Amino acid sequence: MEHHTHSAGSRNIQMARSMCWHCQSAMTGEYFCERCVKVQPVSKETDYFTCFGLPRRLTIDPSALEAKFYELSRAFHPDFYQNKSETEQTISLGNAATLNTAYRTLRDPVQRAEYLLDLEAGSVKEIRTSPPADLFEEILNLQETLEAYRDSDRDSQEGLKLRAQLIEEREALERRKQDMEGQLQQLFTGWDTLQDRAEATSQARTERDHLLKQMRELLSNRTYVKSIVNDLVETIG
Amino acid sequence: MARIVGIDLGTTNSLVAYMNDGKPCVIPGPRGRAMVPSVVAMTDNGLIVGDAAKEHLTRNPARTVYSVKRFMGKALADVQDELTYFPYSLAEQGGVIRIKLGEKTYSPPQISAMILKDLKHRAEAHLHEQITKAVITVPAYFNDSQRQATKDAGMIAGLEVLRIINEPTAASLAYGLQEKTQGTIAVYDFGGGTFDISILKLKHGIFEVLATNGDTHLGGDDIDRRLADRILAEIQAAHGIDLSAHPDHMQTVRLEAERAKIRLSDEPSTQILIDLPNNDTRFTWELTRDRLESIASDIIDRTLTPCRSALKDAGLSPSDIDEVVLVGGSTRMPLVRQRVHELFGQQPHCDLNPDEVVALGAAVQADILSGGTTDMLLLDVTPLSLGIETMGGVMSSLIRRNTTIPASAKEMFTTYVDGQTGVDIHILQGERELAQDNRSLARFRLKVPPLPAGVPRIEVTFLIDANGILSVTATDMRTGQRQSIEVKPSYGLSDGEVERMIEDSFKFAQEDVTARRLIEARLDAGALLTTTEKSLMEGSHLISEEAVTAVRAALSALTSAKDGNDTKAIRTHMADLELAAKPLSVAMLDDSLKRSLAGKKVSDIT
Repeated sequence: MEHHTHSAGSRNIQMARSMCWHCQSAMTGEYFCERCVKVQPVSKETDYFTCFGLPRRLTIDPSALEAKFYELSRAFHPDFYQNKSETEQTISLGNAATLNTAYRTLRDPVQRAEYLLDLEAGSVKEIRTSPPADLFEEILNLQETLEAYRDSDRDSQEGLKLRAQLIEEREALERRKQDMEGQLQQLFTGWDTLQDRAEATSQARTERDHLLKQMRELLSNRTYVKSIVNDLVETIG
Repeated sequence: MARIVGIDLGTTNSLVAYMNDGKPCVIPGPRGRAMVPSVVAMTDNGLIVGDAAKEHLTRNPARTVYSVKRFMGKALADVQDELTYFPYSLAEQGGVIRIKLGEKTYSPPQISAMILKDLKHRAEAHLHEQITKAVITVPAYFNDSQRQATKDAGMIAGLEVLRIINEPTAASLAYGLQEKTQGTIAVYDFGGGTFDISILKLKHGIFEVLATNGDTHLGGDDIDRRLADRILAEIQAAHGIDLSAHPDHMQTVRLEAERAKIRLSDEPSTQILIDLPNNDTRFTWELTRDRLESIASDIIDRTLTPCRSALKDAGLSPSDIDEVVLVGGSTRMPLVRQRVHELFGQQPHCDLNPDEVVALGAAVQADILSGGTTDMLLLDVTPLSLGIETMGGVMSSLIRRNTTIPASAKEMFTTYVDGQTGVDIHILQGERELAQDNRSLARFRLKVPPLPAGVPRIEVTFLIDANGILSVTATDMRTGQRQSIEVKPSYGLSDGEVERMIEDSFKFAQEDVTARRLIEARLDAGALLTTTEKSLMEGSHLISEEAVTAVRAALSALTSAKDGNDTKAIRTHMADLELAAKPLSVAMLDDSLKRSLAGKKVSDIT
């Protein structure tokens, strides 16, 4: 059996929604038919930014996002569809599930950026299995220390020494992760500024592609470092 | 819309509540108590529930079921360690525990349904209308199988379960309604059999659960058991008697342990009294609160790890919590309050009755569903990660724990052998790496058209609804066709079984009615016999010898019918007796009239 993570929904399927499923009138409202007031399914090609009425920017005000999430929850939550038809109940359930996923994705800056990368560059996120070049030697040494610690008597002089080394390594990696997050933040701001300029020049396109490439690189390095830190925490507590 | 009631189906006690003019109220029973002990007894006259059944715990321990909630959605292997504590006998069939009561066996949902039916009747009597819809609460940490079992119980009881709601979040609704608080609250819910902690953000009527954790096998029951074991050891030491051979006395000890624990929440020390079997000796033991606390302290400490995990998952530290709300009877113990105080660094809030607040919250949720309350909305989470087994027996997580529900995840499946026609999928719930360490929820076989390897693309959608219950659908991405999936639950009743149990339940309902009619007829017959015998003593001189004989004959006929099981015969003999005694009652009436008129003039009467 094989399976692939299908991270960003089925955006490729074109299912244009132009008519109300109930009264067949042309749809002008966002989520509710303006004529018969029936709830409409969130279209499969609606991305999470659009769902929240936001432009594709990487800096989002968390309290505004939360307020919109609460507003849409009140519109879609199945609690408010108990007396409605079965079709409306099904739509409400699907919409609420999509909304919850959208909120979870956009709320976290890293997940938000990964999602945007996926939308803009159209590929699933890379999972790094070998350390990034600038960390190669460091990680190799760390793994040796880790193995030695696992094999050692933890309470012995040697064990304690290795443990101290690992704690130091962990702190160094956490600092590294923070640095990466700082750099990411700069890239996010760069992205937003570029989008705000809304230029269609070839220079802007090159800049855009370069930003996305850097972001992808940093995001995958960060994920790698994070998993190493988690391993460390698990081993040394 | 028909009224929806809120039900707290507890390990030790259950309650039903409804919304009355914007205010949730619990419904009291005939004895004025709102709590129905979650106990079901099989007696010679049929099944009984609640207070009456609790009295059978010591008289008829093998046929009296308590704490059935511990067995919901479980297999026998899950409860192996505690089997010796239960005096009734358990078996297993199709991955579901069965409880033997007399000739018949019952699944835990069927036993729970009996408690639910009792609550349903209670609500019907109080509200003078038929009740068919309910919101039922479950521990937040209940998994899919346990939730499904609770829903099944509702169906067997003739209730449409519109929502399964988590107990701590239900409590937060009742609390929020009263206090109109904004901010972050922690609900610490320590009940009879389960422990839950939920951390919520309350803002503008939205109750957003940030994280939840718990232990579905940790409660006041465990403290009672520990204390009972201690009492048994003391009895053994003082009197050399091993009570474990006496199931009735074991129940007495367990109930006395529970009562002593409760008394010690208000008093510094208490006397434990147990009558010993086969002689007149009585065991007495002085128990102090300090002693109880040292006996129970590690059990109470076990609630703290889930609290810390929930805080961590919510990304909060104890000082971020604005208010701690206590729920569940076990939070009456001073040591519990002290531990909670220490962990969160603040005095917990305990103004609400911890026994009733969950049922009250369920009534609030019921009102939201019926469209009464519109300004409050609960956004709950799934307590456990949901995933599937992948190659090498590893669990691949699809929906992480503490994800807001409804939640969905899609997964694409394909084949790796040419012409393969099916893919087996094993759904799991839990936080461990390996599939075997997590809870198996269900297995199903995905149908795939025979094509070269890798060509089929089947998208499977896993959807957790607002009840925290999973459903699965599949779509063939090449044809766009939806596929229906037959999911076989690993630890649950099949749909067919539930159907049968619903039918049985109607049949039992018929038997219950029959039993009640018989009891009522016997009572009426008894009353008639007493009054007629009294009349005969006072007035036999007023009627003929033959008439007296006729009354005597009818009396003895009814007396023997009353001892039988034929309701109709009892009623017939009652009618016969009334007929035979008619001359007697007429004569007595005449006689008393005559005596009252004696010495009066006609003019005085008219």
